[in-house]
Amino acid sequence: MAEPQPVLEMTGIVKEFPGVRALSGVDFRLFPGEIHALMGENGAGKSTLIKVLTGVYSLDGGTITLDGESARFGSPLQAQQAGISTVYQEVNLCPNLSVAENIFIGREPTRAGRIQWKRMRKEAAELVDRLGLDIDVAAPLSSYPLAVQQLVAIVRSVGTGARDGAGLGTKVLVLDEPTSSLDRDEVLELFRLMRQLRDEGVAILFVSHFLDQIYEVCDRMTVLRNGTLVGEHLVRDLDQVGLIELMIGKALDQLEELHEHQLRSDLGETLVKAEGLGRTGGIAPFDLEINKGEVLGLAGLLGSGRTELARLLFGADQPDNGRVTIGGKQVSMSAPNDAIAAGVAFCSENRKSEGLVPDLTVRENIILALQAARGWTRPIPASQRDELVARYIKALDIRPADPEARVGRLSGGNQQKVLLARWLITQPKLLILDEPTRGIDIGAKTEIQKLVVSLSEDGMSVLYIAAELEEVLRLSHTIGVLRDRRLVARLTNGPEITTSKILETIASGEHQ
Amino acid sequence: MTTTSRWRALTHHHLFWPVAVLIALLLVNVPFTPDFFSINMTDGHLYGSLVSIVLFGSPLILVAVGMTLVIATGGIDLSVGAVVAITGALTCSYISDQADQNTLSAVFLAMGIGLVAAVVCGLWNGFLVARMGIQPIIATLIIMVAGRGVAQLVTDGQIITVNSEPYKLIGGGYWLTLPFSVFVVAAVVAVTVALTRRTALGLLVESVGGNAEASRLVGIRSTRIKIMVYMFCALCAGIAGLMISSNTSAADGNNAGLWIELDAILAVVIGGTSLLGGRFSIGGTVVGALVIQTLTTTIYTIGVPTQTNLVFKAAVVIVVCLLQSPKFRAKVFGAKGLKGPRRDAAPVEPAPAPDAAPKMEVSR
Repeated sequence: MAEPQPVLEMTGIVKEFPGVRALSGVDFRLFPGEIHALMGENGAGKSTLIKVLTGVYSLDGGTITLDGESARFGSPLQAQQAGISTVYQEVNLCPNLSVAENIFIGREPTRAGRIQWKRMRKEAAELVDRLGLDIDVAAPLSSYPLAVQQLVAIVRSVGTGARDGAGLGTKVLVLDEPTSSLDRDEVLELFRLMRQLRDEGVAILFVSHFLDQIYEVCDRMTVLRNGTLVGEHLVRDLDQVGLIELMIGKALDQLEELHEHQLRSDLGETLVKAEGLGRTGGIAPFDLEINKGEVLGLAGLLGSGRTELARLLFGADQPDNGRVTIGGKQVSMSAPNDAIAAGVAFCSENRKSEGLVPDLTVRENIILALQAARGWTRPIPASQRDELVARYIKALDIRPADPEARVGRLSGGNQQKVLLARWLITQPKLLILDEPTRGIDIGAKTEIQKLVVSLSEDGMSVLYIAAELEEVLRLSHTIGVLRDRRLVARLTNGPEITTSKILETIASGEHQ
Repeated sequence: MTTTSRWRALTHHHLFWPVAVLIALLLVNVPFTPDFFSINMTDGHLYGSLVSIVLFGSPLILVAVGMTLVIATGGIDLSVGAVVAITGALTCSYISDQADQNTLSAVFLAMGIGLVAAVVCGLWNGFLVARMGIQPIIATLIIMVAGRGVAQLVTDGQIITVNSEPYKLIGGGYWLTLPFSVFVVAAVVAVTVALTRRTALGLLVESVGGNAEASRLVGIRSTRIKIMVYMFCALCAGIAGLMISSNTSAADGNNAGLWIELDAILAVVIGGTSLLGGRFSIGGTVVGALVIQTLTTTIYTIGVPTQTNLVFKAAVVIVVCLLQSPKFRAKVFGAKGLKGPRRDAAPVEPAPAPDAAPKMEVSR
């Protein structure tokens, strides 16, 4: 069978950063009218490949051929003009403008220097209509939920390059984690749009951490590992187990281990006790106890107060009322320092804005909490510091294993590990993990979950927050259920506790 | 490791461009002043253009070193020029009130008064920025404007002249054949480097400047650190104020240290510290301050007409800043690099740490 001509062909792509070779000789091709998944763990080079393709990064080696012609993009704009559009995880549109304005921003139809508003709205409506979407283009973008905004972003990007607004100018559409904040129905609508675009001949490059979604919508996939190409497969030829093995480069036994693991049952004495702790606008007053060595999981919908509860226990926000005792001593919680001094550590869900200092090196980021606790006058001796950092880089398998690498350059999973290392080094009594596995790949996810289990076995208490109920259920001794910024129930984990039981509790708002 | 990789490591060193510009500026002087690099010994003192550059550049180096730390926390201090004036005014007016202006103890006391006033100014700045959460540019604007008024109040609007031999030493005297101010600058730079790199202060400052919220959540007492840094910056400005008033044996509330804050900020930027805060380089700042002082000297030696010398200065500064921008270098020099395989791309971020560069040479 003669293969059709690929619309995009990348050959021998090399991209280097100081101290890191992010891509070494990766080949990648994309055919018109297919949905192609780019798979790999965090740090495998997916984002780098996309950024090279879309002109964000310059190329250190290799060639890009678009439609049979050699191409080289100096900027995202150039790539766009050549017919490669990208929609990122975060919607990069202007919520205050109308849908039509957002679709045409930067390429408004004009006559004699004036924008033809009517024509713009008409063409936007036609485009939206043709793609089978029910969106009022005159309404402000902010009046639509995030999912619809995402669809508008796609409409906008496939409309780019179209000369009269009627045809599709885009040859290649890159979707980078578009589904991470969508619910099931919204995902289905997105998939419908993707399939329609595919049938019209657009080549779609799709990146997602959700394997089920890949198998639902994709035709072909390319797998990367450590910056090299592992393989290109038709989705129907490769099952999920095979895919995961390709991605992490080892057999799945280690993942299975975790599922069979038994939770430790002999918990120690009470470590943390919160009484009537609350904050107006954050979370209603709650009572909470965490034992030594206990993993307390928090379950609840996004915005139900999970993060707010955790922040109060760390003093990141100041409570309006209530009190906290840790190890029998009352802690004032007026600032994070108080909690840290009492042995609490907090890994924020916002790694970038509240966790890491991107400009500093891996080593500096790792020792930051310990150094802060010692104060500026007592630096950690260099030999002790290097030994500690080396030990944790090894223990958590941080890649690259270079203490001098800048943290901003690391992949999401490795950044999370740096954050973990920073707190583990302080040997906390209570470790608060807010969404530690969000946006990171399956390999790192498993490693982090295994780490939580072993920390708990060593007697560390953990407050574990995750959106995935299975994750909470797997790790926790006790599950705190939140609903509408209120702690509504505490379930002791056992055979009778299932995800549906937790969901019921969230839905009914009471302990049954 | 090949020669090219060594060259790359060198050009990617964070001091490469500032030093290159400094050397280029110095060389420009040679055709106009053939004996530019010669240094003579007269009366046991060294004289020469290079010595003058260091001598006249001393106050700027001091102010810029303090400014570096403030900028590293993500702040800025516009009040340093006014602090220079206040310190000079207080010190000189105390000395001029003495019956015998040459008494050592009185001179020390006078300097102490001046420096304490400077540190109080810094405390005020730090308080407004760190405790009250006022934008640094606004908070320090207060003393920038009001401080000159305070200095004039102290001097009664007059230029106070002093005639004190011991005081003259700091900014105008010689010791061991070199200008005494060189020793002061060397001491302050050494103390600053030790304070920031021998302790953890430098790391914590870079952390606060690099990500303030993350620093708070990691337990860094950023309020305390910021106040300390503003006080240190003001102390540096105060020492510069002593130097300037000592050099002229006079305190001029109006003109002492006028616009020095802008030169200092420029020196910091030329030295490679980002105005956004985070990583800083004291060595870079010293080179940056020397670049600015050399530029001023060059303007005089090559005979740029006085009325155009600001334009000339601006042009040079623009060139320096462009040379330091990796993006600009990639655009201008990128074409040449294309010949070498896979070596044309400039890093998206500023130059990497020098020791990271060789590791890239994996297979070649």
